[in-house]
Amino acid sequence: MSRRFEVRLWVAQRATAVVLAACVVVHLAVIIYAVRGGLTAAEILGRTRGSVAWGVFYAVFVLAAATHGAIGLRTVAAEWLGFRGRAAEWTMAAIGLVLLALGLRAVFAVVAA
Amino acid sequence: MSARRNHAGWWAFLAHRISGVALALFLPVHFLALGTALNGEAALDGFVKWSEQPLVVAAEWVLITLLGAHLAGGLRVLALEFLPWRGWQKTLAALAAAFALAAGLVFALAR
Repeated sequence: MSRRFEVRLWVAQRATAVVLAACVVVHLAVIIYAVRGGLTAAEILGRTRGSVAWGVFYAVFVLAAATHGAIGLRTVAAEWLGFRGRAAEWTMAAIGLVLLALGLRAVFAVVAA
Repeated sequence: MSARRNHAGWWAFLAHRISGVALALFLPVHFLALGTALNGEAALDGFVKWSEQPLVVAAEWVLITLLGAHLAGGLRVLALEFLPWRGWQKTLAALAAAFALAAGLVFALAR
C-alpha cells in the first residue's frame, strides 16, 4: 500500500482514538450508573428510546469504534501474523463494514425501534 | 527474558494490543445482544436476565477492565506521540494499569 494510504490510516486511528476516549469515559460512567441495583431492559430502553442525543452519541461511538477496530486489527494481523497486502486491506474493510452495520443496527434497536 | 521485554513500555504495549483485539472480538457479540431489542423489550430483557449468571458477570468484569486498560493505554500512546513526555513512560504505564483496575473494581462493586 502507498505511503499516503498508510499516513491516512495512522491519522484515522489517532483521530478515532481521541473520539473514542471521550465516548468510552461516558460509556463507563453510564455502565456503572446503570448496573447499580440490577439491570433491566426497561431501564436501558427507557433511557435510550426516542432520544436523539443518545442516538447521535452511540452512532458516533459505533463509527469511531468500527474504524478504529478495523485499522487496529489490520496492524496486529500485519505485525503478528504477517498478513499484509490487498487481501489484508479487503479484510480490514470488510471487518469495518460488518462492525459498522451491526453497531448501527444495535443503535437503531435501542433508540428508534 | 530479554531486556526489551522486561520493560514497562513493552508490557504496556502488549496489554494495549491484547485488550484491543479482545474488545474487537467482543464488539459484534455486544451489538448482536443489543440488537435483540428489535424483537421487543422482552427479548432484550431475556438477554439481560441471562447475563446475570456469575460466569457472565465475571466476563463482564474482565471486559470492563480491558476497556479501562485500552482507554488508559491509548491515552498513554497519544501522550507519548503528541506530548514531550517521554521520560514519563513508566509513570504513564503505571497510571494506565491503575485506571484499568479501578474501572474494573468500581464495576464489580456497582454490579
